[in-house]
Amino acid sequence: MGTLRRSGLIADEVRVSIDCDSDVVSARQKGRELASQCGFPSTDTAVVATAISELARNIVRYAVRGEIILRLVQNNGKRGIEVVAADDGPGIADIGLAMQDGYSTSGGLGLGLPGTRRLMDDFEITSDFGKGTVVTVRRWRR
Amino acid sequence: MQVPILKQGAYLIATVQSALTDEDLKQLRDTLVLQVSKVRARGVIVDVTALDVIDSFATRTLRDVAYMIRLRGAETVIVGIQPEVAFSMVKLGLTLEGVATSLDLEEGLAYLNRNGNGHAQEVRTHR
Repeated sequence: MGTLRRSGLIADEVRVSIDCDSDVVSARQKGRELASQCGFPSTDTAVVATAISELARNIVRYAVRGEIILRLVQNNGKRGIEVVAADDGPGIADIGLAMQDGYSTSGGLGLGLPGTRRLMDDFEITSDFGKGTVVTVRRWRR
Repeated sequence: MQVPILKQGAYLIATVQSALTDEDLKQLRDTLVLQVSKVRARGVIVDVTALDVIDSFATRTLRDVAYMIRLRGAETVIVGIQPEVAFSMVKLGLTLEGVATSLDLEEGLAYLNRNGNGHAQEVRTHR
């Protein structure tokens, strides 16, 4: 949680447990609410909701269950929204490959992770093969 | 969440009413592909005005709908992609390549009417 402290938490977090299709929809709706609470314009709330959708679907598809944690954060007077997607699934064997456009082990488009990185300002991923994956992304208000 | 599908003349119009799960999207795809032959539709419009997120799965499914329906001899138009949704789609890397899109339902109908008699030619121009 070190990163979180440095960013400066300004609101309670919202946690959405993810283990089926409809959780993906409710996670992105909660993210949209939080982003508009934070004063993000509608383009940015759509961006945040889309990123959440990709990350939550990855949990359902690859890890079966996990959690999306949404937080309003602050850094040097800038406000933003942080999305953490955490699971204890099989992990990613090769993160370099997973970050490449068009690479997918599930027959998808292979745009989820690289696309999410393009959508958001900050992107961090840690994955322990066999133990799980944590993706943390942030978008700052312009 | 079921998507209502209306038949209007030679066209089928599917109007998405609210957020769809992946399962809903697959069901919409399967229903449209079946319905298009059942009612001998020449064109299909999928109105996504109500969608506030079109992510990679939704894009792939909409693209598949258009390709499958083309193989059945009809044309599909996706209408009503909102500006902020379009922005997110392009950032994510999604393009709906080879799929006709229109601003809204009215434009979508006009598109199908224009192309109604030249289907074979239309297929070539989309490649």
